[in-house]
Amino acid sequence: MFEGSSPFSDYVDTTFLLISGVSLLVLVGLLVAMVAFVIRYSRKRNPHPTNIEGNIPLEITWTVIPLILFMGMFYLGWKGYLMQAAIPENALPLKVTGQMWKWTFEYPNGVTTDTLRVPVNAPVKLDLRSIDVNHSFYIPAFRIKKDVIPNRGNQMWFTVNKVAAYDIACAEYCGLNHAYMYTKVIAKDTAAFEAWYADMSAKQSKSYTPLTAATNTK
Amino acid sequence: MATTAVETGPDFYHEPSARKGLRGWIFSTDHKRIGILYGVTMMVFFTVAVIIGLLIRLELLYPGKTIVDPQTYNTFFTLHGIMMIFLFIIPGLPAVFGNFLLPIMIGAKDVFFPRLNLLSWWLFLAGGVLALVSLALPGGPADTGWTFYVPYSVRTTTNVLPALMAAFILGFSSILTGLNFITTIHRMRAPGMDWFRMPLFTWSLYATGWIQILATPIIGITLLLVAIERWFGVGIFDPALGGDPVLYQHLFWIYSHPAVYIMVLPGLGVVSEILPVFARRTIFGYKFIAYSSLAIAFIGSLVWAHHMFTVGMSDTGMFIFSFLTFLVSIPSAIKVFNWIATLYKGSIDPDVPLLYVLSMIVQFCIGGFTGLLLGTLAVNIHVQDTYFVVGHFHYVMFGGTGFALFAALHYWFPKMFGRMYAKRPAIVAWLLATIGFNLLYFPMFFLGYLGMPRRYYDYLPEYTIYHQISTVGSWVLALGLLVMVVNLIVALRKGAKASANPWGSKTLEWTVASPPPMENFHEIPVVTKGPYDYSEYERPHETK
Repeated sequence: MFEGSSPFSDYVDTTFLLISGVSLLVLVGLLVAMVAFVIRYSRKRNPHPTNIEGNIPLEITWTVIPLILFMGMFYLGWKGYLMQAAIPENALPLKVTGQMWKWTFEYPNGVTTDTLRVPVNAPVKLDLRSIDVNHSFYIPAFRIKKDVIPNRGNQMWFTVNKVAAYDIACAEYCGLNHAYMYTKVIAKDTAAFEAWYADMSAKQSKSYTPLTAATNTK
Repeated sequence: MATTAVETGPDFYHEPSARKGLRGWIFSTDHKRIGILYGVTMMVFFTVAVIIGLLIRLELLYPGKTIVDPQTYNTFFTLHGIMMIFLFIIPGLPAVFGNFLLPIMIGAKDVFFPRLNLLSWWLFLAGGVLALVSLALPGGPADTGWTFYVPYSVRTTTNVLPALMAAFILGFSSILTGLNFITTIHRMRAPGMDWFRMPLFTWSLYATGWIQILATPIIGITLLLVAIERWFGVGIFDPALGGDPVLYQHLFWIYSHPAVYIMVLPGLGVVSEILPVFARRTIFGYKFIAYSSLAIAFIGSLVWAHHMFTVGMSDTGMFIFSFLTFLVSIPSAIKVFNWIATLYKGSIDPDVPLLYVLSMIVQFCIGGFTGLLLGTLAVNIHVQDTYFVVGHFHYVMFGGTGFALFAALHYWFPKMFGRMYAKRPAIVAWLLATIGFNLLYFPMFFLGYLGMPRRYYDYLPEYTIYHQISTVGSWVLALGLLVMVVNLIVALRKGAKASANPWGSKTLEWTVASPPPMENFHEIPVVTKGPYDYSEYERPHETK
């Protein structure tokens, strides 16, 4: 579950665990109080109720404490979002086209593929476009997702930390084979990536210029 | 509250002046008969939608094809959503229990506009029938999901327009009900029933009514725009005509998010109503609970775009909608704390309605906490459109509103039908439903966080175990529902006669006979106390 395959995944997992932990604590507290009251104040044990109409300091307490907690959660979410929204200028620009029901990736020199191959440890920027209906480009391991909508140029970015292959899914319902719109993002070390890219460029008769060097010098 | 002698004479089922047979029902303007009509109609839709839900779970028992092909599966989840939302959970508590009880609870003989009330049921029926007819038309049932997102809904050859028309008509039914309830509460409260002597269920119906009136027209307008686009080729939403599909999503959620509160607020009202009765003490923080309903209705109308955090909104939009989403959690949290405090120093009888309420509180909290995670932008982007959302939604809607509805059913059953159900099978049903529910929906949080998107016919092998636990849960839950329904149906025919006030409740509906007579009260009661006055049970030296 927690592979740490990209900087976002660590941040999102930590935030998720933190909020879940706080929630679980409160939930258990509420549950224990509820069950304890039902047992302790059962009609047998406590035939005579006490009518407490309310308590203003208590009301203020359980308004203000959640408010503070919620603002903390909001801030964590906002900070994480800003990280995902700030696309580095030197990111390797790739184009993604979504259609019913496949993804196509296009590299700067025009090479196209159906799996996404990227160099490890280098920021990658994706320009997302759809030629038919709404899709959503989702890499669960990186904890990122962006809708792919016709006539709307959405962008997203990521860096992969580990050489491995990760699933790409479509997360916006798009009809019959929505569940089969899977492909992979394959992270390779720089040399292997360039070798693959040179090879693909030759196969598709496109001119090859190294991508990683270009991004590093910028 | 007011103490009146229980009226004698024929109940509303046996009113001699009413028209005979079916006509006495489908043309009746009596709010109780209309409530029962809604109940019967809804039970039909609910049963169909539950069966479709079970088929969805069965299909997901194994990866790959289990029982149906992908196209059928896609229509299954679309129908399940449309029927559960538009035909069951939106009208559920207001139209059945609200109609039956609201006038009696505030000491009125009927709603303010009885004929509009009947019209709203006819519209509901027409919308429901149209939705069912669209299944049989050539082209096949809609396969868009209940959200009808453009452009897919424009491109599919299935019967989207009839389904949209159905939703359009159902919207009017909802508006009329809301209008009626608000007017009734403003104009027809019994003498002495001031705002803060109203039962909290009526408060929640009041808040709900405002959302119904103010938000529902938006979906009507949106659906009309879709029709105009289709018929006249005006580019509004369809990118092929130069329209903007994101605009559709905004308009859809401007209604559909408040609609979520239409679904949940009356459920929260039911909980506030039942807790004091079985704890035999006054509710804790009456005004905070009452006002929090209004706060939820108001802030809840401003959070719609949190359904759209991945469409590529501006940073400002992301900030505001996430912030407001956290804000709207506050009044819900206030309610929960006040509920738990109401159990403190009560004299508690954990009878069937309270058991459902206790399950509801816990499940509603789990729904709320996962809602916080969804409101957190960084987390939302990962779990948006995954099973995490499906789990969250069902925890709030089914675990919350659904269980509140079951609680309401077991609480008001003796009042509505004049008979009492057997307690033991009802408790067995509650236990099965609670266990089944949690088995069914909790694994979805894992599925979602592990990255399984929603609306998937098929899945990767690593998700199998979670789906199988979930499907087994659906069987346990279905068994629980079956035991519950059979027990209640048996009670209808063979149950012991219920007294006017079997639970020792203090609200006005329990001062009239079970079932109530035709115009509820022969003499309008005068109210002198708040709705939950249980001071008589206190230890003598503790009374003031």
